[in-house]
Amino acid sequence: MNILVCIKRVPDIAGSVTLDAAGTGIDESGLGHTMSSHEECAVELAIQTAAQAGGTVTVLTLGPAEAVEQLRAAVAVGADDGILVEAAGPSAFAPEDIAQVIGDVIRDRAAAGQTFDLVLTGDDAADTGDFQVGIRLAYDLEHPVLTNIQTISVGGADGGGGSGGERGSGRIEARGIGPAGTEIFSLDLPAVIAVHEGGVDPRYPSITGRMKAKKAQVVEYDAPDPGTGSPRIRLELPEVKASSVTILGEGPEAAPALVDVLEEIGVIRP
Amino acid sequence: MTIVFVETDPAGEVTLTSAEAITFARKNPQLLPDGGAATSREVSGPPSGSTEGVVIGPLSDAAVDALGRLGVGVIHHLEHPDLAEYSAAAWAQAIVDVTPESGTLLASGTPRGMELMAHAAVRTGARMAANVIAADEEGLLRQVHGGTAFERLRLDGDLQVLTIAGHACTPEETTPITPEIIAYDLTVAEADLATRVQRTEVEAADDASGLTSARAVVGAGRGVGSEDGFAEVLELVDHLGGALGVSRVVTGLGWRPHTEQVGQTGSRISPDVYIACGISGAIQHMAGIEGAKTLVAINTDEESTMVQRADYAIIGDLHEVVGAVNEEIVRRRG
Ligand SMILES: Cc1cc2nc3c(=O)[nH]c(=O)nc-3n(C[C@H](O)[C@H](O)[C@H](O)COP(=O)(O)OP(=O)(O)OC[C@H]3O[C@@H](n4cnc5c(N)ncnc54)[C@H](O)[C@@H]3O)c2cc1C
Repeated sequence: MNILVCIKRVPDIAGSVTLDAAGTGIDESGLGHTMSSHEECAVELAIQTAAQAGGTVTVLTLGPAEAVEQLRAAVAVGADDGILVEAAGPSAFAPEDIAQVIGDVIRDRAAAGQTFDLVLTGDDAADTGDFQVGIRLAYDLEHPVLTNIQTISVGGADGGGGSGGERGSGRIEARGIGPAGTEIFSLDLPAVIAVHEGGVDPRYPSITGRMKAKKAQVVEYDAPDPGTGSPRIRLELPEVKASSVTILGEGPEAAPALVDVLEEIGVIRP
Repeated sequence: MTIVFVETDPAGEVTLTSAEAITFARKNPQLLPDGGAATSREVSGPPSGSTEGVVIGPLSDAAVDALGRLGVGVIHHLEHPDLAEYSAAAWAQAIVDVTPESGTLLASGTPRGMELMAHAAVRTGARMAANVIAADEEGLLRQVHGGTAFERLRLDGDLQVLTIAGHACTPEETTPITPEIIAYDLTVAEADLATRVQRTEVEAADDASGLTSARAVVGAGRGVGSEDGFAEVLELVDHLGGALGVSRVVTGLGWRPHTEQVGQTGSRISPDVYIACGISGAIQHMAGIEGAKTLVAINTDEESTMVQRADYAIIGDLHEVVGAVNEEIVRRRG
């Protein structure tokens, strides 16, 4: 089973941020970069599934040239190769544009003999939080799509390992958290699945993984112009609230003061 | 017209986040892409009836009553045996079937709301903005970068599709009205059922709803120290009849399940009090607790963001402090 995982290079933010001069993006100069957290789990799921079913894992990103770092990070933990769709200003692309570009690349790879039975994305990216790219991509590819999925396993009528057909064959079982419990889905391949973190723990790269990542094959595409373009006017920052904390004290001696507060709010069980 | 997808809980009640989304819709008639200048009856008429709701599956009297009090004038009630189990594609098509060609379609930013709106956006050829927190003449404002920044944007097209970020708006009732209920004869396409839920496994550990509805949540972060270090915080949870919420470091280390994670990629909570024990206050964690009415921090580091953002704080080792809080509660109970 050949799996494509779509990942995104995002700034690694822990505290507050500043905006760039144009006010349309955040100032990334002092920030490190990482892969969105749902996608880290998607990469892990892909590696486990390919190991179970036999097959390959390819990672794709639409982003700046530096996003090759995130592709190599995925190879270092077990992906086989990468596809970089180089876009100088990926924030100019709307979710529908990104889905279209990825769809076009998938069709182009198919024409070149590289087909994918399963396409994984994250539920949403840590920066834009759009929650649409996987779904829009699925419609573009005319594949069924699930979101909010935490684990997948190969299974169904013919074991799902591929029965020699031209494209993905077999079924896949997927599990995600729904409002009433764990929801289980069963899907024919090919399919698109958007992953939510929490079902698997992303692994750390091994020394050999890092070595392999340096030499990994990365196919490069130039991104076309964004079709619909981003609807963004500008970014704004939330107001910085001045701290108005009341320090109740230090150590265990402060406990009665906190119990007073909890009593006042009325949350202590009688 | 603004049409809101309404989620109900197993008891048939309108969920808190849907009540938020409805309130948001009612209070923002300018959500219409043309800035609200349209002459539709909904916008030019009295506030009652300006917002319509879509309910899929059983519609309880309690929900009709609640929707009336939230100012929903029309309930589009969609029931069909093929919609009994959740299938995003089939549910989204049912919603699209009752959505007018222009106006706004919205849902709360829950996993269901996000997924259904994205499907509906593709099926109607509309653009979608997730995690919207405000709307005015200039356009929409939505959370990006986990709430560190806001994006100001404008969705063109006759129909715009949105999700409202959790706790962006406090639910508010209005002059109660009796909603008109419209039922439909639906047809569900076989192809749309490919993504139907096969079965649901209900385990106590899966139930994140306790966390999102608890009045008191005790948060535990890396400061807890180990998988075995939760005794004091769990005892405090018990004293408060509340829920445990944890940071991503805690779930990442495998100390607690992901269902307990609070934050950008976990649950968004709005308890009366959140007691953050050994949590630094990273932006992605804060994104989940913005709705907390009172924030208490217990941390060794006075400079941590959590302490700076809290209403009340105790500086010290959480095991000692929480232990003493438990003892004090027991002592006062006598
Ligand atoms: C895309 C993305 C999504 C994310 N989503 C989430 C999310 O949903 N939820 C989330 O929580 N995080 C999320 N994170 C992670 C987030 O950035 C932080 O890494 C995480 O919240 C930190 O957890 P923590 O506060 O427990 O640990 P730390 O940041 O390590 O803080 C530990 C705190 O404990 C204090 N402490 C240590 N020992 C003691 C003691 N004995 N007594 C009292 N205090 C003590 C320390 O002073 C410190 O303040 C996300 C990150 C990314 C990149």
